[in-house]
Amino acid sequence: MALISLEQVSVAYDNRFILEDFNLQIEKGKLLSLLGPSGCGKTTTLRLIAGFLNAEQGKFMFGGKDYTNVPVNKRNFGFVFQSYALFPHMSVYDNVAFGLRLRKMKEAEVKQRVTRMLEIVSLGGFEKRLPKALSGGQRQRVAIARALVIEPDLLLFDEPLSNLDANLRVNMRVEIRRIQQELGITTVYVSHDQEECFSISDQVAVMNSGKIEQLAHPTTIFKYPASEYVARFIGFGNFIAFESRSDAGEDIELSRGALKFLAAKRPNGAGNLGMLGAIRPDDLQLWPSTQEAPLSGNTLSGRVQVSTYLGRSYQYEVETELGVFTVNQEMDVPFAQGEQVTIYFPKDKLVLVQ
Amino acid sequence: MKEGNRGLSLYTLLVFVFLLGPLVIISITSFEPGTVLKFPPEGFSLRWYRNIFEVSMFMETFKTSIIVSMLGNLLALLLGVPAAYALSRFEFRGRDTLNALFLSPVLIPGIVLGFTLLRYLIVVYGLPIYAGLLIGHTVIMLPFIIRVIASSLANFDFAVEEAAQSLGAGRLETFFKVVLPNIRSGILAAVLIAFLESFNNVDISVFMTGPGVSTLPIQMLTYVQNYFDPTIAAISVILMVLTAALMFIIERLMGFAYFTKR
Ligand SMILES: Nc1ncnc2c1ncn2[C@@H]1O[C@H](COP(=O)(O)OP(=O)(O)O)[C@@H](O)[C@H]1O
Ligand SMILES: [Mg+2]
Repeated sequence: MALISLEQVSVAYDNRFILEDFNLQIEKGKLLSLLGPSGCGKTTTLRLIAGFLNAEQGKFMFGGKDYTNVPVNKRNFGFVFQSYALFPHMSVYDNVAFGLRLRKMKEAEVKQRVTRMLEIVSLGGFEKRLPKALSGGQRQRVAIARALVIEPDLLLFDEPLSNLDANLRVNMRVEIRRIQQELGITTVYVSHDQEECFSISDQVAVMNSGKIEQLAHPTTIFKYPASEYVARFIGFGNFIAFESRSDAGEDIELSRGALKFLAAKRPNGAGNLGMLGAIRPDDLQLWPSTQEAPLSGNTLSGRVQVSTYLGRSYQYEVETELGVFTVNQEMDVPFAQGEQVTIYFPKDKLVLVQ
Repeated sequence: MKEGNRGLSLYTLLVFVFLLGPLVIISITSFEPGTVLKFPPEGFSLRWYRNIFEVSMFMETFKTSIIVSMLGNLLALLLGVPAAYALSRFEFRGRDTLNALFLSPVLIPGIVLGFTLLRYLIVVYGLPIYAGLLIGHTVIMLPFIIRVIASSLANFDFAVEEAAQSLGAGRLETFFKVVLPNIRSGILAAVLIAFLESFNNVDISVFMTGPGVSTLPIQMLTYVQNYFDPTIAAISVILMVLTAALMFIIERLMGFAYFTKR
């Protein structure tokens, strides 16, 4: 049974519903992330779970108990804020000890736990520093230690890395994942950065204006987005609206006017609903139209409109009878503007969405 | 420096002379040894400074002023801190109205406020003059307390309070362990600003004084109606120094931004 369960929850600000009939289940020990653009309701969902917000309707069940009306300070959940929210007037040690002292723990045990936690986040020796004398990464680690030391039943992160620079972000997310797995603590992680979510999560929920569009393992979402919205959000830049499909054969046969395309079925037969074909710019291949394509079918001829250099590859905007396609391709001698080309759509990379 | 700026500098200088000149003249005349206020003074003496301490009315009313300002300050804090907290932290219906209500003593002319308080507190409800004086001063201090503390709360990240709550602290615990230590300088500044406002107040006090109860500024007014010696100049100098010292502390605590952004 799921540890956490949001059941038919609705939240409104100023009579405008942000979440409506919202459902979410999380298994014990897993890290689930909420991914979506700014304003889609991720923070609202997290604050609802934390108890900072009250639902207009619905229930929040935790470990089989109804937590809907349990106040924040009785929930024993750890919350890590985007702004770190350390206590400015307290040393690193006192910040981390705060929750334990509220629990009336003996100083000797407080000391032992704080010291151990600071070691886990690699901040041994920083006990006496004030937060303002720490770097962003160090502050965030204090915030994590402070939330973890109370041995919370659930750990909540709201865009914890977005104020850090790129390298540190990568290191910190690995840290967060390591600690989370080491302690086996159930976690909800909010971010608008797909790479961040994909890299550390057991499950990703992609959100769109207060609704979960897809909830799945990161690789599933990455390969098989379920909807156009999810596909766009995770970088499927090219779409073809097909007019008919047939699932009779080994592959799915698609057509648009006189054009025929094939899309591979998924190994387990699931997904691939709808008639909108989606493919990433990285997965398309370009051939000079003078040269014969190595495979027949799944091609479209066009003309290079714009070519830009991305460092690792070139990016082309190719104009075709079905509109403009974006293609990223590594090559030594790039195509020139105006050159006639053939675009090849590998059938195992072409995904159908709703 | 550029040419154009020289004219501007001169202009600024003139404004300062205009503003500060009278204060300088008062300060100089306070050292007059004779019995009549004169400029320039005919010598140098601390005689009138000594006189302040010898005239019992001044000492009495000084004591009243201090007590009223401090006690009123305490009352204004007890009312103002929760109000400032609620106004800056919670969204609720009627918040703007309440805000305006708390600030209205700054907007209403002191004379009007003073007269109203006299009419109701003393005439209608028959409160003792001393109580009326205390209430009047609490009322004029309240907006300053609320504004300064609210602005210092506005600079304090609400997430820090939420962090405390998520770690298990209740509302009151959060306020005393997390909020209060971080707005201490704001509270001190609020207390000092309110103190100045109350201690130098004339327009409210003038309605709330009577036989046996008077504040220092009112006593000074009465005194200049009857005497022409430089005692008042000497008191003024002491009050100016006191005010300047408090302003210096306030500036250290809050910066003058508070005074310029009203
Ligand atoms: N306190 C609030 N009052 C009114 N509207 C709010 C408030 N907080 C958030 N919203 C609105 O709710 C929506 C979802 O916000 P949020 O959950 O913060 O999104 P996200 O975290 O995904 O960026 C946004 O449209 C936002 O404007
Ligand atoms: Mg957010």
